[in-house]
Amino acid sequence: MRSHRFYTPWLLMLPALVWLGLFSVWPAINTVTLSFTNVHQLTGGHFIGLKNYWLLWHDPHIRDAVLNTIVFMVICVPLLTLLPLLLALLVQRNIRGIAFFRTAFYFPVIASAVTVALIWKWMLDDRGLFNNLLQTMGFVHKTVPFLTDRWLLLLSAIALTVWKGLGYYMLLYMSALGSVRRDLHEAAAVDGAGTVRRFWSITVPGVRGTMILISVLIAVNAMRVFSELYILGGATGGVGGQDVSIVMLVQQAASGSDGRLGYASAISVFLFFLTAIPLLFLTRLNKNSQEES
Amino acid sequence: MTATTAEDSREDRKRRVRGTAAVRHPDRKGRSPIFDAPTPHGLFFRYLALIIVLLISIGPMLWELSTSLKSKAEDVYTQNIQLLPHHPTLGNYGEVQNTIPVWHFALNSLTVAVINVTGNVIGATLAGYVLARLKFKGRKLLLGVFVATLILPAEVTIISKFQMITSMGLGNSILGVCLPDMIAMTNVLLMRNAFMALPREVEEAAIIDGANVLQRMRYVGLPSVKGVLSVISIFAFIGAWDDFLWPLLVLQSPDKLTLTVGLSYLNGQWSHDPRTIAAGTMMALLPILALFLILQRYFFRGVAQGAIKG
Repeated sequence: MRSHRFYTPWLLMLPALVWLGLFSVWPAINTVTLSFTNVHQLTGGHFIGLKNYWLLWHDPHIRDAVLNTIVFMVICVPLLTLLPLLLALLVQRNIRGIAFFRTAFYFPVIASAVTVALIWKWMLDDRGLFNNLLQTMGFVHKTVPFLTDRWLLLLSAIALTVWKGLGYYMLLYMSALGSVRRDLHEAAAVDGAGTVRRFWSITVPGVRGTMILISVLIAVNAMRVFSELYILGGATGGVGGQDVSIVMLVQQAASGSDGRLGYASAISVFLFFLTAIPLLFLTRLNKNSQEES
Repeated sequence: MTATTAEDSREDRKRRVRGTAAVRHPDRKGRSPIFDAPTPHGLFFRYLALIIVLLISIGPMLWELSTSLKSKAEDVYTQNIQLLPHHPTLGNYGEVQNTIPVWHFALNSLTVAVINVTGNVIGATLAGYVLARLKFKGRKLLLGVFVATLILPAEVTIISKFQMITSMGLGNSILGVCLPDMIAMTNVLLMRNAFMALPREVEEAAIIDGANVLQRMRYVGLPSVKGVLSVISIFAFIGAWDDFLWPLLVLQSPDKLTLTVGLSYLNGQWSHDPRTIAAGTMMALLPILALFLILQRYFFRGVAQGAIKG
């Protein structure tokens, strides 16, 4: 019995196929093409070979951005891999009021990066909550320049990112924790293994797959940072212009009355290869574990 | 979350049908692998930890809310920290209205969000159903192309999309903001996974009864993927409401901005008063949090059914 006519699948998929072509496949190809040209928003352009990549290689802003991205990753990956797991363990048990806590922990995820960055910007202000608290408690005697110092600004953006990400990764862990074997825990407890020991020897190996996936996600997301730094430090990247991310440079190059789309595309291609590194790592790892089993 | 045991075991069956590794047993659900025996002592520290994390996660938002309610007469910079405003006022919210056309911006954001949800629900359901349930030539290849797009971060292709939207004459328009995200490939794949869970036999019975593809999708498929569909809708709405980089690129004239872009201009360029900026921030934050509170039941239930976005 025939379940459908030959053209039905294509007809139903038409909208998705148009979007797949127009806004996924074509832009991917076109970004690469554009990166070899000096196309501007208004004036057009022509093929210039690898010149954009040569410019990119010598652009000091790119160096700053790559350095910032590395710092971002080095701090975010361990913190956001571990803390949300603890959080997931904390909210896992159905005790009274737990739904309220789970929802509230997810609030920073729901809020837009712009609003939470504005909230943090006010707390980190020279005369804001953090500085006032630190001075009242006597930890510091001078204003801490959270938003104007080159490294403190970057660290503030990282802290904001970690804070905003906690709930998101907590949720990913929550479903993974369901498959951690309870009998192992009981057996280990009977054998006298403490909470910490059981965490590292049973819980962590039990969610290992999710953990790897999450750390790859965090690394990729660290490379895509934009709004947090843009709002905290301003459009040009802090006082010295060094607190920029790669995406901020893409946006900077492309905006303005006559945006340099060619150069912006070259940075985009560079960004793609960076984000491909953790993903390749992931597929490698998956392959290895499949061969093992 | 008010999942009952009956629902849980139903989910379990679904999981087993799908053959996922994460088979959850109803009796295990909700029990922590670490803190097991419910001693009063353990419970106390558990609640203490929960409250500390609660303060960390919503404390900053409460501080911003408090600032937005403080009157001009109250010193917001003082070291003598006051969480509750002395004379709470909504004056700062009026100030936002006088500085930027905030209702207009909110309407723009809402428009983008509603169009985004509609497009994704229709587009992803249709394509997801076809990819999961219909056999046709080239299905595997097509599925591969959909999956391949996942490795492309949106930021990488944003310049090319920007050029395309401008050349279509949609630069600086709300339609231009909506268009690229109206059908997200991730959602197509999520819907496909959801439809895959459906047992073959049910559908075969429907075919024998003479139901056509659309009827099967509507009456056999859709009822079992409601959870995933609601998560997709919630994410599409939030994603559109919160998006910043894309509308920042596309929109230029100050009368056409979305809320996030308008806020970024309010901050520092159009206002220096932290109370006004706080009020503006709250006007963008409170609606989306309220919406999430209303829908959180469906959200967490859908997530438990496997609709997690990677």
